[in-house]
Amino acid sequence: MELEQIFFWLLAFGAVFTSILVVLPPGGKNPIFGALALILSFFFVAGIYVLLVAHLMAALQIMVYAGAIMVLFMFVIMLLNLSKRELGEESKTFVQGLGAVAMLFISVKAILIVEASADGISKRDMVLSQGFGTVESVADMLFHDYLFPFELAAVLLLVAIIGAVVLAKRTL
Amino acid sequence: MDNLTSLVAEAANQPSIPLSWYLYVALALFAIGAIGVMVRRNALTVLMSVEIMLNAVNLSFLAFARFHNDMNGHLVTFFVIAVAAAEAAVGLALVLGIFRHKKVVNVDTMSALRN
Repeated sequence: MELEQIFFWLLAFGAVFTSILVVLPPGGKNPIFGALALILSFFFVAGIYVLLVAHLMAALQIMVYAGAIMVLFMFVIMLLNLSKRELGEESKTFVQGLGAVAMLFISVKAILIVEASADGISKRDMVLSQGFGTVESVADMLFHDYLFPFELAAVLLLVAIIGAVVLAKRTL
Repeated sequence: MDNLTSLVAEAANQPSIPLSWYLYVALALFAIGAIGVMVRRNALTVLMSVEIMLNAVNLSFLAFARFHNDMNGHLVTFFVIAVAAAEAAVGLALVLGIFRHKKVVNVDTMSALRN
């Protein structure tokens, strides 16, 4: 087995395993275990991004997701410091189980679709263009082809900041 | 050093992993996230499951970008990360506000708009 495949299997197994830990945490119902597992999962997924020659996105994944978003999650979880009563019951209804089973069926269907169609793309000539995935090429596209969406993203983040401040205020 | 760089470039041009493997990992992550959203009742865990789903979508975008030699997927991933940051900030502010009001972070109790 080639080194790339070994890395892929390690990273893929780690990402899936830690994601399962988020949904089914071993330490009871406290979400702090899930948050820690999710940080690990982001690191594993960032490793898969590196295998896909997306180095800038891997760095952003670690900085923005693991560094910023998850710190925010941890901060809120520790700020709330939830007790058993405040966490509430994990209800188990028929509809919930139906949803999970439906998702598994959709997954099987998606596997069949990928099985039938993805091999054609894999076999294509896959020589990458010069500077694929570097900061330079991403920035070049970002400030030429995607300038307007980029500005919209800035406005979106501003609106989110204002919204978060307004929602978290004690009195409106 | 130059030799090493060309070796790395060579390896990047000849992936030994087919596209479908990446898509299966993305599918697994998305399914885990979706099941988490549907089954778990803790609002914070539900938000974290949404992040897993966004991650799965990013992974498939980057896989297609790599196998089509098309950088557009990287830009979409960039914007998805920006939107995820905004979503997490507003979502956590909502959880804080609801906790202050109801003293519970269980999504079953958030039914004030029903009927």
